[in-house]
Amino acid sequence: MNYKLALPEEILLSVSKPERYLGNEVNAVRKDPGEVEIRFAMCFPDVYEIGMSHLGIQILYEMFNRRPDVWCERVYSPWVDLDKIMREKKIPLFALESQDPVLAMDFLGITLQYELCYTNILQILDLSGIPLLAEDRLHIRSVTPGDGRDMKHDPAPEDAAECRERGDYIGEGETVYDQLLDLYKECRKNGETRREFLKKAAAVPGIYCPMFYDVSYNEDGTLRSFEPSQEGIPARVRKQVVTDMDDAPYITKPLVPFMQITQDRVVLEVQRGCIRGCRFCQAGMIYRPTRTKSLETLKKQASTLLEQSGQDEISLSSLSTSDYPELPGLVNYLIEQYGRPKNINISLPSLRIDAFSLDVMSKVQDIKKSSLTFAPEGGSQRMRNVINKGLTEEDILRGAADAFRGGWSKVKLYFMLGQPTEMEEDRRAIAQLAEKIAETYYDTVPKEKRIGKCSITISTSFFVPKPFTPFQWATMFDPEEYLEFAHTVNQEVKSSLNHKSIRYNWHEAYVTVLEGLLARGDRRIARTIEAAYRAGSLFDAWTEHWDWERWVRAMEDTGIEIDFYTKRRRTEEELFPWDFIDAGVSKKYLLSEWHKAMRAEITPNCHVQCNACGAAKYHGGVCFNETGESLQTRAGTQLPYIYPAPDCNPVPGIHAAATSS
Amino acid sequence: MRMRIRYSKQGLMKFIGHLDMMRYFQKACRRAGIDVTYTEGMSPHMSMSYAFPLGVGMTSDSEYVDVDINTPMTGEEIVERLNLSVPEGIRFLDACEIGITKADKGMNQVARADYTLRFREGCEWDPDWKSAFYSFLEQDEILVIKKGKKTEKEVNIRPLIYKAEVTAMEDAGDAEGDVIRLGLAAGNENNIRPELVMQAFADAAGRTFTQFMFHINRDEVYADRGSADAHEFVPLIDMCL
Repeated sequence: MNYKLALPEEILLSVSKPERYLGNEVNAVRKDPGEVEIRFAMCFPDVYEIGMSHLGIQILYEMFNRRPDVWCERVYSPWVDLDKIMREKKIPLFALESQDPVLAMDFLGITLQYELCYTNILQILDLSGIPLLAEDRLHIRSVTPGDGRDMKHDPAPEDAAECRERGDYIGEGETVYDQLLDLYKECRKNGETRREFLKKAAAVPGIYCPMFYDVSYNEDGTLRSFEPSQEGIPARVRKQVVTDMDDAPYITKPLVPFMQITQDRVVLEVQRGCIRGCRFCQAGMIYRPTRTKSLETLKKQASTLLEQSGQDEISLSSLSTSDYPELPGLVNYLIEQYGRPKNINISLPSLRIDAFSLDVMSKVQDIKKSSLTFAPEGGSQRMRNVINKGLTEEDILRGAADAFRGGWSKVKLYFMLGQPTEMEEDRRAIAQLAEKIAETYYDTVPKEKRIGKCSITISTSFFVPKPFTPFQWATMFDPEEYLEFAHTVNQEVKSSLNHKSIRYNWHEAYVTVLEGLLARGDRRIARTIEAAYRAGSLFDAWTEHWDWERWVRAMEDTGIEIDFYTKRRRTEEELFPWDFIDAGVSKKYLLSEWHKAMRAEITPNCHVQCNACGAAKYHGGVCFNETGESLQTRAGTQLPYIYPAPDCNPVPGIHAAATSS
Repeated sequence: MRMRIRYSKQGLMKFIGHLDMMRYFQKACRRAGIDVTYTEGMSPHMSMSYAFPLGVGMTSDSEYVDVDINTPMTGEEIVERLNLSVPEGIRFLDACEIGITKADKGMNQVARADYTLRFREGCEWDPDWKSAFYSFLEQDEILVIKKGKKTEKEVNIRPLIYKAEVTAMEDAGDAEGDVIRLGLAAGNENNIRPELVMQAFADAAGRTFTQFMFHINRDEVYADRGSADAHEFVPLIDMCL
């Protein structure tokens, strides 16, 4: 048997889950290195089972590999046990399929999904043998573009440890990568240097090369300017989006891992973007405009995904699946075609509670075991208006009563604490809402039909302001203050009449503050990330590996005052480190939303009226009607468009997936 | 109808554990469009059973799984379809119909498994180990402590070693050295793993035994058609109807 391994067998047999490092999954792509011109390592900087669950990489993996001249392979963060061995034995990081070192590749693409994986990016570079600082990296031929699909989430990492000699792709990956790869081939044919290549790449729409931009700061530490340092480099980098989702490449040969991964199922992306416009939500802003796939496309894709993978579960994915206009048709098709006859589980994400969703859920899951999830995010009506999660208490209680009548007795509630304008009474309202839901249960379900108590679980996370959202101007709090907020909720829960039916969990406060630093940081925190990494920070998203003290020392050692990034009040005129990215939604719009938030005014969703956010310039999705007429001309006029909007407010979400037991 | 399927698991697949292998096989059946029967109840699952789980790190020429199917299909067709999407290292070899009683289940039939052990590079014992190995085997009694999940008991494993020989490596290409071939009791009643035999030998002969010192391949798994006094071992695939 001929096979090549980057790791000796003894190592594979002694580390946990060796399947992570083999690259031999069904549908993994193998090519002859002699037959391709470009080797591309696509990296998700977290452990295999997390990275393999990411939809975007699977789409790009297949799209790249459709090109006969490209071999795209995968790279994930080695888990801590192997990380240690690789450092001790000086084994370079390798791409899974070929088991060749990352350094042998032409590109290393790293996708950035969340702040807490930044130290893992440094691990990837470090284990690959790529110097963390760009100035030490002149001899290496790899360039490291971010997989840009989600680059725009977090402009701070563009400076993670000052790896500036690289290109970042900002936008949805399906659009301009071909252009970039062709450019690379041409530059190589002409014998051009990496710098020359990057300079040309920077002119490709959506590509950002940090090395060609100069940054200066005011005396108070805020950003003074962020400008191209050379001619031919665009001052603003425009996020790229797919305009026709039916035409965009999708997965036809899904990778089928041997080990159980976090999302062990095939994923059918029904639409991209969200019409709702919750003011804290980054995805809801940067994935605009909302673009849907047709029912026909989805039926075809579902059948291909299931047949080619052999998976026994399919989940529907999008930011707000209830807003997909043809959802009933799609779900009924899946249940009839695959659910009953083929024992395929249909996993539904958050759905608004109505007769349809309760009926569907009772078909696809065991009511007794499953729970319903509502995400009101704010406890009081005023708070929900501030965040533009305009659903009312009435919506929630009615949804809960319907669900209780349908046989459910477990409810999960998600809220955020520490949002702009939040007062103590808003925090208490969280517990009060839970109490009202408990009372609804006892009022709705007669004694003889009850199976014990109802169970209501409140979870709160602490709000982290993100770039490209109306709340990018918001201030944060100290960890101790966050804990006090949680304490207030806890006290109120304890004093509730039905406190025995209500459980309360809250998130880590210190992690929140670190996320806050990384989310709105600038180039200067790069040294801090590096220092934390050098001191041993890795897998910060994993509670057992995360260490606040190490980060505090890193901030001290690199002269970073965290309050400047988290607690400082930003003026409306302030130039933000991410403003050079044109994410579609305009800063003017974000600011007007920020003002409306301060007045607790809601903004109708995109199906109800166009609010002229700026995303219409992409000429696609919900911003246009069938004849291609822009809706922006109708900004401010309340006319339902394209799809009937039965309820112009966001409605309670229920989460049917992964809530069993 | 119940089908017995035989496959080999080589190469990189040695790192895939038994539970993941089961998950793999279920998906393989769905991809192949084999109409596997599901169990009744709230959480239906495919009706299939493995004869003899293979440990992580071992390769095998003969693994067995019994599968209940609704729509009849010939063994040839099952094998052909399953082989359409296999990862490197998996090869489906045979499939044939098997009885449906409890006693017909692979896991209840298993009585013996044969193994071939090769030294991993750098782990070889000094050359005189072979004679020591043969005299070790000449004993009537080889007592070892078998550790169960909760219990520990002393067992004489000598009667459970049906075959033990050292031969020159012939079928291993250009690799050199000796191979150890063992035929050992397997299954629910008496089960001994090849490492246990080698560990016992190493302990008795004052040699070091380490966990990964051998490449171990399972060559075949047998049922016993004979009796305790007169074994008649036949490969599980030959138990088909």
